[in-house]
Amino acid sequence: MPTITYSYTRAVNATSPVAETPLAHLRVLEAESIHIMREVAAEFERPALLFSGGKDSIVMVHLALKAFRPAKFPFPLLHIDTGHNFPEAIEFRDELAKKMGERLIVRYVEDSIKSGRATEDPGPSPSRNRAQIPTLLDAIAEFRFDALFGGARRDEEKARAKERIFSFRDDFGQWDPRNQRPELWNLYNGRIRRSGDAGGDGGGEHIRAFPLSNWTELDVWQYIALEKIEIPSIYFSHQRDIVIRNGQICPVSHFFPVRSGETLVRRTVRFRTVGDMTCTAGVESPASTVQDIIDEIAASRTSERGARLDDTVSDAAMEDRKKEGYF
Amino acid sequence: MSLLRLITCGSVDDGKSTLIGRLLYDTKSIHQDQWEAVHRTSLKRGDARVDLALLTDGLRAEREQGITIDVAYRYFSTPRRKFILADTPGHVQYTRNMATGASTADLAIILIDARQGVLEQTRRHAFLATLLGVSHIVVAINKLDLVGWDKAREVFDRIKSEFEGFAAGLPPTDTVFIPISALNGDNIVNRSEHTPWYERADGGRGGGPTLLEHLEAVPPRPIKQFPHARFPVQWVVRPQSDDAANHDYRGYGGQIVAGELRTGDEVIALPAGQRSRVKRIHLLDEDLPECHPPQSVTVLLEHDLDISRGDTLIKAPGNGHADAMPRISREIEATVVWMSESPLTPGRRCIIKHGARYVRAIAGPIRERLEIHSLAWQAGASQLGLNEIGRVGFKLASTIVFDAYTQCRATGAVIVIDEATNNTVAAGMIL
Repeated sequence: MPTITYSYTRAVNATSPVAETPLAHLRVLEAESIHIMREVAAEFERPALLFSGGKDSIVMVHLALKAFRPAKFPFPLLHIDTGHNFPEAIEFRDELAKKMGERLIVRYVEDSIKSGRATEDPGPSPSRNRAQIPTLLDAIAEFRFDALFGGARRDEEKARAKERIFSFRDDFGQWDPRNQRPELWNLYNGRIRRSGDAGGDGGGEHIRAFPLSNWTELDVWQYIALEKIEIPSIYFSHQRDIVIRNGQICPVSHFFPVRSGETLVRRTVRFRTVGDMTCTAGVESPASTVQDIIDEIAASRTSERGARLDDTVSDAAMEDRKKEGYF
Repeated sequence: MSLLRLITCGSVDDGKSTLIGRLLYDTKSIHQDQWEAVHRTSLKRGDARVDLALLTDGLRAEREQGITIDVAYRYFSTPRRKFILADTPGHVQYTRNMATGASTADLAIILIDARQGVLEQTRRHAFLATLLGVSHIVVAINKLDLVGWDKAREVFDRIKSEFEGFAAGLPPTDTVFIPISALNGDNIVNRSEHTPWYERADGGRGGGPTLLEHLEAVPPRPIKQFPHARFPVQWVVRPQSDDAANHDYRGYGGQIVAGELRTGDEVIALPAGQRSRVKRIHLLDEDLPECHPPQSVTVLLEHDLDISRGDTLIKAPGNGHADAMPRISREIEATVVWMSESPLTPGRRCIIKHGARYVRAIAGPIRERLEIHSLAWQAGASQLGLNEIGRVGFKLASTIVFDAYTQCRATGAVIVIDEATNNTVAAGMIL
């Protein structure tokens, strides 16, 4: 079995009663997330972990190592590849999966577009955010996944603040915010109607499980520092060709070309999220270490999703996408 | 940095959303873009000032109707502590939502509008908070600016003694009273100039704590912790047989919810009762000498026992410590908060989730129902409707290992699931 090359250190004496140590809150969050992951593994027949090579999904994978090693994960990793991802993140994704010896399934939005299942949003540099939905739902049907781990956090967005840790989705992958199951203590209700069940209609009811629900962006970074977790290079300061569009720093790529009237400039930037290159804006930043990033976020006045052009479409943009089956 | 989970109880009219907005704003937990979004919305509606309540009203339907639909979670932190705040709406579905938010809370803020005083809903909030086992209560007496700061002390003292009067009938809870104005920020983060008479409850020097000072100081766990080891097994970690290095590895994954476990401890696996010793406490590449709540670990035992998900490891009594045995039974009595439109009637079949175990169950007769206005228990109810609270017995299809909820939340809590719809229909606290 391939071994992990991470070095794990214990900055907090994890054996002491969890108390007023500087990073004790991370140990509480870690314990809660591991508990959630084990519940999902135990209660579902075919879970999968949504893994993009972004920092939140990397942290989820790290927590899964804690929950299940020395055994293999009781689920594969799944990535819905928009084809517009940062190459650095894709490379990282493949390497990490290989290093851990875990199975990685990739399904491509490009294929859904070619087959007519998904349509590209109009415009010169369309976001494939919405186009991911059919690809994801097709993957769920293909592998008959009954639970999917997502790395979403409630601090990201107002609609997410109301979503359960075990979030029920109907046969169409839809989220119904007004009719969610009450979620008490840590007693998650993972019961769904499976195809073939008496009364089942052969559809695909499933659960989206969010082990990082109670983490904030800062918690994630502090945990990456604490556990010395490796992350893709694009999170750190680097030189990149960009254009300024609608006041945002946009990375230039062959699917996000320079438009007439725009000037290509080289800036020192980094990215706070690694979504689609078409909808992920960078920030000018000299932060070249995890600690630099922590300091920057602690002082920052713009939230992480403010750099996601897809959410500024309207105040309810995320809520609308989630209802259709988005994460 | 420690973590405190809290719930705010009150209606929009008490200034609850404003209070939460104020906590987020004054702890600099509002980002510029979030602030701008709220600012835009406030302008569009023609509000006179930026409505802090908009920071927490998340879903489109809520913004359109000006109501809060469901439980939402908010995050803020100070250099000393991270806070997870459950924000629950004040009117429809109130009992259900508050029970949900309170189930994980260490502390409840009960908001009182100083102009209104202690209302029926105030008593209900305090009752529900103690029923769900919240360890600390803050009674925040709000809108003192509106009664006039010259009369504030008198109003504050009157409301405080009124609250203490009825709370004497509730289980004892650490309760603190704080005079505030959420709108103007008095005694929220910064000490108010208007309340020189407000002193620390223990008679200490320097004036009473602001709300945030108190939230930072309060211990996150109950003062009297349940001392007996409880380790519900969630997942058996068994590497595949082709993995030679870990061929004999058999670990029990779970979260220790009470007490502690050390290597070498003699343990009993319940309900079957097999005995063994803790060989290792394992977490990825670490071997721990001991584990404490709320750690998630993998426990390995000396003997190869048939233990699976749903079993509970406890420390064997004796050897200088007196760990109490949990109860093991196929029958439970519980205080139930009913959350479904379809009422609970005796004989109703359902599924109960307790720890890592689902068991089929049949409800017995409803022994008592809470009269929500007077908060008195009344016998003779034939059913429990939506948002009603009652004491009910359940017969279970198999045994569970449990403690009274008042002793140990984690091993005394159940949820009730409807067999047909799979919906969660009730929260239960085992008596």
